[in-house]
Amino acid sequence: MPAKKHPKIESRAQNFARALQQVFGRGFGPGFWLAVFWLAIVAFCAMFADWLPLRDPLDPVIANRLDGPLSGSLLGADGLGRDIFSRLVHGARVSVVIGLTAVTIGMIVGGALGIIAGYFRGHFERALMAVLDVILAFPWLVLLLALVAFIGQSLFAISIAIGFLWIPAYARVARANTLSVVQREYVLAAKAMGASTTRILVREVLPNVILPLLAYGLVAMGLVIIVESALAFLGLSVEAPQPTWGGMISEGKRHLATAVHVALIPSVTMFLTVLSLNFVGDRLRSRFDVKESNL
Amino acid sequence: MIMLVRKLPWLIGTLLAVSFFTFMLVGLLPGDPAVLILGAGVSPEAIVALRLEMGLDRPLLIRYLDWLGSALTGDLGRSPMTGELVMDAILERLPVTVQLGLMAIVIALVMAIPLAMLSASFAGSKLDRVISGIGFALMSVPGFMMAIFLILIFAVTLGWFPSTGWIPFSVSPLDNLRNALLPALSLAMIELALYMRLLRTDLIDTLQQDYITLARAKGMPSWRILTRHALRPSSFSLLTVVGLQLGGVISGAIIVEEIFALPGVGRLLYQSILQRDLLMVQGIVLFIATAYVLVNFVVDLCYSLLDPRVRYAG
Repeated sequence: MPAKKHPKIESRAQNFARALQQVFGRGFGPGFWLAVFWLAIVAFCAMFADWLPLRDPLDPVIANRLDGPLSGSLLGADGLGRDIFSRLVHGARVSVVIGLTAVTIGMIVGGALGIIAGYFRGHFERALMAVLDVILAFPWLVLLLALVAFIGQSLFAISIAIGFLWIPAYARVARANTLSVVQREYVLAAKAMGASTTRILVREVLPNVILPLLAYGLVAMGLVIIVESALAFLGLSVEAPQPTWGGMISEGKRHLATAVHVALIPSVTMFLTVLSLNFVGDRLRSRFDVKESNL
Repeated sequence: MIMLVRKLPWLIGTLLAVSFFTFMLVGLLPGDPAVLILGAGVSPEAIVALRLEMGLDRPLLIRYLDWLGSALTGDLGRSPMTGELVMDAILERLPVTVQLGLMAIVIALVMAIPLAMLSASFAGSKLDRVISGIGFALMSVPGFMMAIFLILIFAVTLGWFPSTGWIPFSVSPLDNLRNALLPALSLAMIELALYMRLLRTDLIDTLQQDYITLARAKGMPSWRILTRHALRPSSFSLLTVVGLQLGGVISGAIIVEEIFALPGVGRLLYQSILQRDLLMVQGIVLFIATAYVLVNFVVDLCYSLLDPRVRYAG
């Protein structure tokens, strides 16, 4: 049996299971809103980091070295005596900015290429797919390390490098969606009425392709944050002293035996953020798929 | 065989493009390689001499063909920084990375297959939700974070495994495994989540086929249906994902080798990038990308050999 039906009489445990199922099921349950709430906090921190009443994230106070949470400051201090909470808030900015920029770059460039390939087919499509295959032949971190060495380590350069990694994925999604949209009657109708190619692409195809691309965006952002943090962990993301979550974890690694919180706190923060993005993205995407199947 | 002949031009084309892309990527790095090697403050004559020696005065395309030609004979040049032959440096460290990757994939598969089977056969149940939930959470954990927490638990707190270092298998097989387990486990966890998710969806799909209903009607026990009838068709897509995910494993290996200080190819690449050892970077990137393309080509071939549906349709 693929799917088990609920038994009629429900114990407390089953009630709980059903509540869980509602959270993870169709409706936007409390879990979804909790994730949205967390993302809102992170976004808020990223936006207003400079204006919040925080300690200086770069100021080393030797007396506070490796202070535990709630001793003097909210989340303690790292190996140089810098305030962890303040660094987290400032680090959020890097993650959010790179997440947004990289996904936008991937979406626009990849989406445009995919739509054009899917609409015109022919040589362009074949050439594009071949180039994408070549890009995909490089493990992502290998490609990223080489790109970063090439274009530098500014916030913008890192965003572009990570955004470049997303072009193949987005181009594929856009192309696949375009292929199915082009066969719909309304595109035929637009053609029959003598609409120009640009008009068909912009008014008929684009609106129908952009939703799946956007739905994919949040999950992609979660992955971008992971990718950026891996880069930061290797010391190759935005240059020090700018705090980044990956850099904080890397710093905390040195104090694992004596002060776990230095690595633990940024790890948990990042995990929750990526998890929330995945969760919200997944929910929205399945919502969207339902709509599409009803059309 | 026919498949092989038909796909061979595609393979050669891809490999050529990959090599060209590698060459351009590294060849276009800012800064004069000769200056990078000699360091600032050297006489211009010395720089010109080295440029001539390295052939940097010739056109890019000629340099590419030259480089490709010697790469085909297994000669990737000699690192100007360490004086090592690039190919030797790679081959010397390759066993570490291959062992790490294989162990990670095997661990991930050994854990993913039973979990996905459980999940799929009780799809929608509490058990399924818990397993899928854990998989979902695992996908939000980067490899380096996993590595740090495995170190924290098993090396720092419990002291069962060393947190860094490597002992070759030939020296002491047991110590070798002890050293390799934590890095392999950190790599395996991400793969595990991906394999599990895919296999679960695939199995649920398969379990709704008519022949499964027939097997059930025959009175075949569920576990036999799962292992004999359901797993086989799903294993093909699993094989493909394992092949495609190899890029992820290699990327993870770079970080994990660095964290655990393992003398593998990934660490060599990272160190070479930090030192701007362009020739070494070029060689390693080409080597990794070629290996990746070849492995996926073989996976593709196996796929068509094992699955009659693909063989006849193709």
